Amino acid sequence: MATALTINGKQHQVDLPDDVPLLWVLRDEVGLTGTKFGCGVAACGACTVHIDGEAVRSCQVALSDVWGDVTTIEGIGSPDAMATIQQAWTDHQVAQCGYCQSGQIMQAAALLAENTAPSDADIDEAMQGNLCRCGTYPRIRAAIHDAAAKLKEA
Amino acid sequence: MASVGKILRRTFLIGSAAIVGGVAFGAYYVSRPAANPLKPGKGQAALSPFVLIDQNGVTLFAPRAEMGQGVKTTWAALIAEELDVDLDQITVLHGPAAAAYYNSALIGEGLPNKGYDVSDFQHNLGETLGVLGRTLGLQVTGGSTSMKDGFERMRQAGASARETLKRAAASRLGADPAELKTASGYVIAPNGDRIAYTDLAVDAAGLEPVDIPLRDPSQWRYLGQTQPRLDMAEKVTGTAEFGVDVRLPGMKFASARINPKLGGVMNGFDDSAAKSMPGVEKIVDLGNGVAVVANNTWLANQAVEAIDVDWGDAPYPPETDAIFAKIAKAFDDAPNSTMRDDGDVSVTPDGAAEVTAEYQVPYLAHATMEPMNATALFTGKTLDLWCGNQAPTLIRRHVAGIANLDTDAVEVHTTYLGGGFGRRGELDFGEIATKVAMALPGTPVQTTWSREEDMRHDYYRPGAIARMRGAVKDGKAVLIDGKVAAQSSVHQVVGRYTGLPGGGPDKVLVEGFFNQPYAVPNYRMSGHIADLKVPVGFWRSVGNSYNGFFHETFMDEMAHAAGRDPLEFRLELMKSEHAPSAGCLEAVRDMSGWTGQTPDGVGRGVAFTYSFGTPVAQVIEVVDEDGTIRINKAWIACDMGLALDPENVKAQMFGGMMYGLSAACFGEITFAEGAVEQFNFPDYDAIRMHTAPQVEVRVLETNRHMGGAGEPGTPPSMPALGNALFDLTGQRARSLPLINQFDLLI
Repeated sequence: MATALTINGKQHQVDLPDDVPLLWVLRDEVGLTGTKFGCGVAACGACTVHIDGEAVRSCQVALSDVWGDVTTIEGIGSPDAMATIQQAWTDHQVAQCGYCQSGQIMQAAALLAENTAPSDADIDEAMQGNLCRCGTYPRIRAAIHDAAAKLKEA
Repeated sequence: MASVGKILRRTFLIGSAAIVGGVAFGAYYVSRPAANPLKPGKGQAALSPFVLIDQNGVTLFAPRAEMGQGVKTTWAALIAEELDVDLDQITVLHGPAAAAYYNSALIGEGLPNKGYDVSDFQHNLGETLGVLGRTLGLQVTGGSTSMKDGFERMRQAGASARETLKRAAASRLGADPAELKTASGYVIAPNGDRIAYTDLAVDAAGLEPVDIPLRDPSQWRYLGQTQPRLDMAEKVTGTAEFGVDVRLPGMKFASARINPKLGGVMNGFDDSAAKSMPGVEKIVDLGNGVAVVANNTWLANQAVEAIDVDWGDAPYPPETDAIFAKIAKAFDDAPNSTMRDDGDVSVTPDGAAEVTAEYQVPYLAHATMEPMNATALFTGKTLDLWCGNQAPTLIRRHVAGIANLDTDAVEVHTTYLGGGFGRRGELDFGEIATKVAMALPGTPVQTTWSREEDMRHDYYRPGAIARMRGAVKDGKAVLIDGKVAAQSSVHQVVGRYTGLPGGGPDKVLVEGFFNQPYAVPNYRMSGHIADLKVPVGFWRSVGNSYNGFFHETFMDEMAHAAGRDPLEFRLELMKSEHAPSAGCLEAVRDMSGWTGQTPDGVGRGVAFTYSFGTPVAQVIEVVDEDGTIRINKAWIACDMGLALDPENVKAQMFGGMMYGLSAACFGEITFAEGAVEQFNFPDYDAIRMHTAPQVEVRVLETNRHMGGAGEPGTPPSMPALGNALFDLTGQRARSLPLINQFDLLI
């Protein structure tokens, strides 16, 4: 039986078993590969997406449990029309290998939606579930502060 | 920055070739040109193209793996600097696997010198030996060599293309080429008329390429300046294509399981439960494992986990303790190498105090964020392989052998790498994907490893033991006698690359051990190879990753025994030996405000490693917060000789340090019943946002030769942290990971 999903504002009918995690629906069925597979056990944050604005690990949400509208990294901006937070990431030249950055950005976007001026401690708290093996943390922190300032101006 | 010199100039000439509607420029080895991977027309000179101009624009080739180190951007900048094109108006491609894209710098690293003391003559010899890289077709990204490799050749390719395009314009305009200028992809006439390179491409293809001296660095616009990374927009919008993101029409998804007792056989399997699971299309016997092909990666993984497999035993002792006992036993044998043997270490100088210590570090996984994967399409006559990889020519030859095809029938498409760190220089992920695709001819199949499969089937950084004896007198080190024992990664990797057993003195096993720039009169450093079949390979900074910890923890112990400040103790021994190295220590001393004193609850440690041609010093500060220790700050100074992109060098330096700190704090691979005991990030954790220090990096440029950037930040991080913990607690860290000994913030 097909399951209806709204992803980045678009309707999709997905014909997969109920227990397939949202991550693998997005990647292998819908073709949205910006959301990454890193661990499969909610330990790295590479698969972070928003469901009704909340940051969740899509590797842990079964298809039948998706409770709202899904937003992925592709849904917040594109190379020609970046979201403020993506532009901040670019300005600070954050990415190295770049594999974890979709998840980092989605996690940070959810933080900024709740907290318009996060402190370093707030950033530590919100971001500690997102692993980066290249060690880009200092620039992620700087980009979050910068994005917060720019969003305030806007 | 010394010139590469005449030897190299004679070795390479610039060639060009007509392509459909345009021209390709490149550098080729004159006596035996490598075939042009872009297949120019019949009768054309064979060349390795780095610049391609046609109606569609200017395309530059950066045939090195972009695994986060920024090579795509800086390599393109080397060409653009001479070609006079704007970096935001060009396309940069990795290009196919081709012998023409060999790495000239990697082989030069194999010379038996210490590196920091290399003369111009030896340096040139190293560059010339690099030609062997071409002879062997080693298109490899590794050894922190990309910039050393591309520095001369890519600027030559750009300069020759520019001047040839000017000749084409001169002939069209009836002008003297010397009157013409170039900028932003145009040739500009004296009257201001502009002709686009793209319009001149066909004319230029008919001309003999021009050899011209390179511009003086004072004229550089890109090099030496920080450039916006060309991959950044894709990587912040989820549009960068990694291996795992390859999507092809009709593609299927697979998951594999190989014997967790590494190198053991498969006695048989029962797939009756897996066969009927949702989405399953095929079960594949891989010989030493099984794979399931399905319509979804997760469904494939569920099914492959449901197969009951009878695994054979591993060809090494099944428990960690027995493995390390075997490593320790290697000290009983004659050393494989003694690459430093200064003075006489057999007697302790009169009046000197002896210091001894034994250190041990564990096996380590690479744990790239993107698990191993590859996508293959096998038709029976051809094979296409898509993957992030660090050695496209080697993987191409290897999978051709697996598929029983000529190498020419195999195309390797290299994507972005979701981390490399040495892991993606191996061939196994390509081999497994090829075997899976061969079971479904005509259908592209992507085989993605689970994190658990990736963690438990690595080519690990070898576990290692060091036995150190030293002596101090009058506040100085007067003797160091060190022995290190570990498996040889080089011997294993050579075997996997060539099919022939590796042998001989292993310089990589002792790098970071024998070649450190300290003037100690009696100084002997030996390497012992442990004969074990645990799969080992190249892990960011390779031998330096354990030897840096051994050497620099011991320097600290000697400084302590001598009653000296550990930074001043090192600096004094280094000043006369290698000024750029001493300059790095002075820089971190100044940046950190080092006084040798710290308040209660704060500890500081210093360490230094010269590796890959780059000296790096680090100071790390730890703080005790109610009994939990947090890494608070880090200061890094490196001397690159020439930093082609300073901000990118900084990113590599602090990134390399974080990778080292992750290992120092948490990294440990252990064995039970022949299998790796760690499965996923919860039991192989790394530095995270809240455990990462604030960091300040200074990039110096006094060294005579250009050094590497990707790896040298890693080795000194581990001893600097251990030494800081000693300063804080009085407990000496003689083994890693530190979480086993200290109450670190997690």
